[in-house]
Amino acid sequence: MNELFDVAIIGAGVVGCAVARRLTLNGAKVVVLEKASDVLDGASKGNSAILHTGFDAPPGSLEQACVAAGYKEYLSVAADLELPILKSGAFVLAWDQEQLSQLPELIAKAHKNGVGDVALVDREDILKREPGLSNTLVGGFEVPGEYLIDPWASAHAYLLQAMANGAILRRDTEVLEGKFSNGHWTLETSSGPIAADLVINCAGLYGDIVDERCVGETCFTVTPRKGQFVVFDKAASDLVASIILPVPTKKTKGVVICRTIFGNLLVGPTAEDQESRTDASTTREALQALQARGVEMVPGLDTCEVTAAYAGLRPATEFPDYQIRSLTDQNYVCVGGIRSTGLSGALGIAQHVVALLGDQKFTGVPIADPALPDIDRLSDYHRRDWQDAGNGGIVCHCELVTRREIENVMNGPMPPSSLQGLKRRTRVCMGRCQGFYCTAELATLTEGHFKVPMGVEHGEH
Amino acid sequence: MVSTDQNQRKDVDVAIVGGGPSGLALAAELKRCGVGRVVVLEREISAGGVPRHCGHYPFGVREYGRLLKGPEYAARNVDEAVKYGVEIRTGTTVTQLHAGGRLSLTTAKGLETLDAKRVVLCMGVRESTRAQRFIGGDRAQGVISTGALQSLVYLKGMRPFRRPVIFGSELVSFSAIETCRHLGMRPAAMVEELDRIVTHKIIQPYLAVRGVPLFAGVQNPKIIGSKTVEALEFIDAAGVTQHIETDGIIVSGRFRPEAALLRRSPVEVDLGSGGPAIDQFGQCSDSAYYSAGNILRPAETSGWCWREGVVTAKRIADDLSSNGKPETGVARLVVTSPEIQFALPQRLTRSDRSGGMDKMQIGLHEPVNGILTATVDDRPVWTSPLNARPVRRIQRPLHDILAANDGRDVKLSIGPRR
Ligand SMILES: Cc1cc2nc3c(=O)[nH]c(=O)nc-3n(C[C@H](O)[C@H](O)[C@H](O)COP(=O)(O)OP(=O)(O)OC[C@H]3O[C@@H](n4cnc5c(N)ncnc54)[C@H](O)[C@@H]3O)c2cc1C
Ligand SMILES: Cc1cc2nc3c(=O)[nH]c(=O)nc-3n(C[C@H](O)[C@H](O)[C@H](O)COP(=O)(O)OP(=O)(O)OC[C@H]3O[C@@H](n4cnc5c(N)ncnc54)[C@H](O)[C@@H]3O)c2cc1C
Repeated sequence: MNELFDVAIIGAGVVGCAVARRLTLNGAKVVVLEKASDVLDGASKGNSAILHTGFDAPPGSLEQACVAAGYKEYLSVAADLELPILKSGAFVLAWDQEQLSQLPELIAKAHKNGVGDVALVDREDILKREPGLSNTLVGGFEVPGEYLIDPWASAHAYLLQAMANGAILRRDTEVLEGKFSNGHWTLETSSGPIAADLVINCAGLYGDIVDERCVGETCFTVTPRKGQFVVFDKAASDLVASIILPVPTKKTKGVVICRTIFGNLLVGPTAEDQESRTDASTTREALQALQARGVEMVPGLDTCEVTAAYAGLRPATEFPDYQIRSLTDQNYVCVGGIRSTGLSGALGIAQHVVALLGDQKFTGVPIADPALPDIDRLSDYHRRDWQDAGNGGIVCHCELVTRREIENVMNGPMPPSSLQGLKRRTRVCMGRCQGFYCTAELATLTEGHFKVPMGVEHGEH
Repeated sequence: MVSTDQNQRKDVDVAIVGGGPSGLALAAELKRCGVGRVVVLEREISAGGVPRHCGHYPFGVREYGRLLKGPEYAARNVDEAVKYGVEIRTGTTVTQLHAGGRLSLTTAKGLETLDAKRVVLCMGVRESTRAQRFIGGDRAQGVISTGALQSLVYLKGMRPFRRPVIFGSELVSFSAIETCRHLGMRPAAMVEELDRIVTHKIIQPYLAVRGVPLFAGVQNPKIIGSKTVEALEFIDAAGVTQHIETDGIIVSGRFRPEAALLRRSPVEVDLGSGGPAIDQFGQCSDSAYYSAGNILRPAETSGWCWREGVVTAKRIADDLSSNGKPETGVARLVVTSPEIQFALPQRLTRSDRSGGMDKMQIGLHEPVNGILTATVDDRPVWTSPLNARPVRRIQRPLHDILAANDGRDVKLSIGPRR
């Protein structure tokens, strides 16, 4: 090692990736340390993929400020970073009188948060615009600015842009201990020591543990909150165009129904507090309940095929707001408790971190004309590689993933080390057949690339 | 100037979507019947369909009078089609079906459109996935279908695990045991949610021969494993939680038609079978479309699908050579008992055409022992005793039902034996 970095970022979730991008573009020499063998292995692995406006965040909260800023920056960088956006808009719907009575307050809150286009819509007008919804709904309002995005490509793009401009990614590198002395940090990791002037803890579900390891104390405790989802096949996405959000109640957060940018329809999440920071398992009971709730809200789902089920873990803490603090005398920032809006807030959080750092000096100067990463758009609502010549033919038939897309990723600057990682980068095996057709071909294409190969050739051990 | 459908110039006479046994047999037969340009569109790198990766016997006995392995049979079907002048375009995926026989395709060269006088849908079946069966637990690597296992083993010579659990107990689940053995994998157990094996009981002793324990009547199956599969957990028939250590799960059977293309197409889907709704000639709701093979219903043998291809080809050739349609309306064969999953054909065309199906096909959700009755306006027009189980071939004569067709729907239901 010996190399001294300006900044070491602990954790390559969506937040760590966004912070790495911002600081790199500001001239810092950045290293990103990720304990897993691939990026996005924690909370950022599975979410609803909604770009929130922050309309329902507590006014005046840090979360509200970061989501609003993050939302704005996302819209301004998306084109350059090739990030697809599905401008679907959302409805917040009331299904009973109690929920209906809460709508005016929620609208007032949205306006207070600067989301001025939030407005009540007549029940009949909602049903006219969304004829797939059950007519048991009693009312609602619209949030035109809520959009759907690619949750993985967003984070990948941030990190790839950082790397294209000099940042280093170290995977399989768990931070075990940190020492700050003489103005420098030395981080002991599972793959050797790392030296840096500044450390930023973006460890998500492990934020409190990394705090303890580095500065010996923490001011929050992570209590993971699991959210399970059921995904329906593409035909279901014809049933609702908008994001259908519930009225949050004290008892339950309620279930969202929305399309995905990949052309499917998802129903979820649940909200289940648990101790485990790794257990993202699904349960038959919850999945069937979600399916049933989906059919209640959108009766046409009754005849639609399920394609997948997954769960994500929110890094919730005992506090409602984000837990971001800077220990200036130790050159340390903790970005913790980014619970349920981190995808939307990440770019805003990165801006906030820069503000906290004040006049911190980096080796380089802000990059005037930063390099852009080269990634394929995987959106079903934008032009895809399979529509173009030279794509090498289709390997995954359900998601229409081409050989060229797979090769680009395998030979790119951040190749996946597992099938999971390849799925997030290309969507192979994510469709209705879940690998019935493409498994064998993928096993050949990825031979020698994955830690756990998809198949072992006969005779090998 | 927009021309009408009839006058529009067509690129080919018949385009067949899917180059499995049904599509290839159908294509070859069309050529034998003298049809002009016949093209098979197959998305895989080679045509042949599912048998291409079924490295076992028996295939082809009735078709070719020889006992063949799946890949040999697939190759034979391809050779026959080519011999009679069928064009086979591989690496060609049909991405959309449009009214009147227009297809959107994609190949390595990008997008294309193809107009055909008739299109035949022969896209086959696949197995239900873990999510479709609501199997909970971790999203670990090593959960695959029998089809994926077969293509890994027989096409690539690769072994995805060593000691898998087989989930399901259909014929294909048993064939998975043989596929495993081919590369020295030893299944740790067969697990079934129903209280007995789904396929014929006579096959069950085979499990003992191969040393594979059976757990039937299990509840709440859960896959355990942080990165790769480590165990399958479930509650067994006695209510005891079982934890079977394993490094892979084969989620087998519960076939479903590969019919996603139909959901956004002019071709009507039958929710019971999951495939296109056809009439007794194999024709779909858009009369430019026909269908044959396993996409019609889950699932038949290759030989059945092959023959279905041949007879459907004759009907299409007939249709192409006759001018206009002497049809006088379409009624429906409607299933009204929950025990019945589907009945084929779903549409009953009143027509002077000859050569249609003489039997209907029925699939069940649950075991049935009763009387099957067809009624028109509550008046029985045909009855037949039925004592059968799900996932079995069930056929009944269609003649009386077609004869009773006066344009009103025919309802098919199951009642008690008297
Ligand atoms: C069910 C669900 C639905 C959601 N829906 C939305 C939504 O629609 N819109 C939205 O904006 N947000 C949504 N979110 C929230 C969003 O997903 C999270 O806020 C975000 O992913 C948090 O990212 P993070 O980078 O803080 O944490 P993480 O993704 O957990 O990243 C932390 C990383 O640090 C690594 N790490 C931990 N310890 C160490 C160590 N010692 N050394 C090195 N590396 C370490 C981890 O491996 C991990 O990769 C949702 C979340 C869930 C669970
Ligand atoms: C795992 C498995 C094991 C089986 N084992 C046996 C067995 O041992 N013996 C037996 O008799 N039967 C077996 N079967 C049943 C099998 O379905 C039939 O044998 C037979 O293959 C059905 O023929 P088909 O032509 O209808 O469909 P298939 O053989 O499935 O062929 C359909 C073809 O259509 C292609 N296709 C689909 N969509 C498109 C599109 N949009 N564009 C272009 N091409 C497309 C597919 O790539 C495929 O090649 C098995 C089935 C499965 C799934």
